[in-house]
Amino acid sequence: MNNIRVNGESCKVPGGWRVSDLLLDLGHIGGRIAVERNGEIVPRSDYEQVSLQANDNIEIVSAIGGG
Amino acid sequence: MNDMDALIIGEHSFHSRLLVGSGKYRDLEQTRSAIIGSGAEIVTVAIRRTNIGQNSNEPNLLSVIPPGEFTILPNSAGCYLAEDAVRTLRLARELLEGRNLVKLEVLGDAKTLYPNMPETLKAAKILIKDGFEVMAYCSDDPIQARMLEDIGCVAVMPLASLIGSGMGILNPWNIGIIIEQSHVPVIIDAGVGTASDAAIAMELGCDAVLMNSAIAHASDPVRMARAMMNAVIAGRDAFLAGRMPRHHYHGDPSSPTSGLIELNEQ
Repeated sequence: MNNIRVNGESCKVPGGWRVSDLLLDLGHIGGRIAVERNGEIVPRSDYEQVSLQANDNIEIVSAIGGG
Repeated sequence: MNDMDALIIGEHSFHSRLLVGSGKYRDLEQTRSAIIGSGAEIVTVAIRRTNIGQNSNEPNLLSVIPPGEFTILPNSAGCYLAEDAVRTLRLARELLEGRNLVKLEVLGDAKTLYPNMPETLKAAKILIKDGFEVMAYCSDDPIQARMLEDIGCVAVMPLASLIGSGMGILNPWNIGIIIEQSHVPVIIDAGVGTASDAAIAMELGCDAVLMNSAIAHASDPVRMARAMMNAVIAGRDAFLAGRMPRHHYHGDPSSPTSGLIELNEQ
């Protein structure tokens, strides 16, 4: 298992998980979201290619109401 | 349909000169009703962390205001540093599948929500170099507005008064200077409170008005949305019609003075 942070919270994910596995687990596949890994955007096309490493800092964002 | 008075922002053309925010509504249903009632084509949204554990089947904002139906304009609200605004808007571009028209907002103070102009300029330069079309929220300082235009912003968006204050245009003279000198659209953003504020902005010669609280915090938001739609149209027509001159010290009768029946001596 790897310790990572997702949206500011610590969690453990199985070794070898890709970004797509994390998103599927969180129920986000197909939703309008964007992902940042260690300060860099992970393009949608790379979700299945990018593997999560120990201590990764992941931000997952979506659009909400604002002015 | 040929629109002789289209609002041109960068490469884009719009019919409506009213832009609206999507925040502060009671719920998503009211959000959509008010936005539809306003006739706005451009709607701003904020970018925030998703709720971990949120069911992806739950309705989200973009399901009630779809990017196919509206021009969704992401903002960098909540950012106090250029690098955070840049990160936020890059995430927004990814989320919106490459759309690069954005609203840049970099604040200097959490109480007044006044913009930090040095950080705004810094962020604008980076974003423009990265291919974004930047609509920049700014103070009503004509030099700051000109600097934003000179570096390539597609619109400057001076505040009328503080965000969410509803105070209307506090310095029409500064806004007038900005309008006179600008070659990009000038869009009043922040501080509009009621319909007359929007009409006054358009009568000054603004190209458009952006508001959120004025509609969302009205007692009847859907009705206020309609009021704002009409106010922007009325103000724009009044501006284009060329208002009559003011006479400060004398009147000017509307009825002829000749052909009067015999009247008593005054």
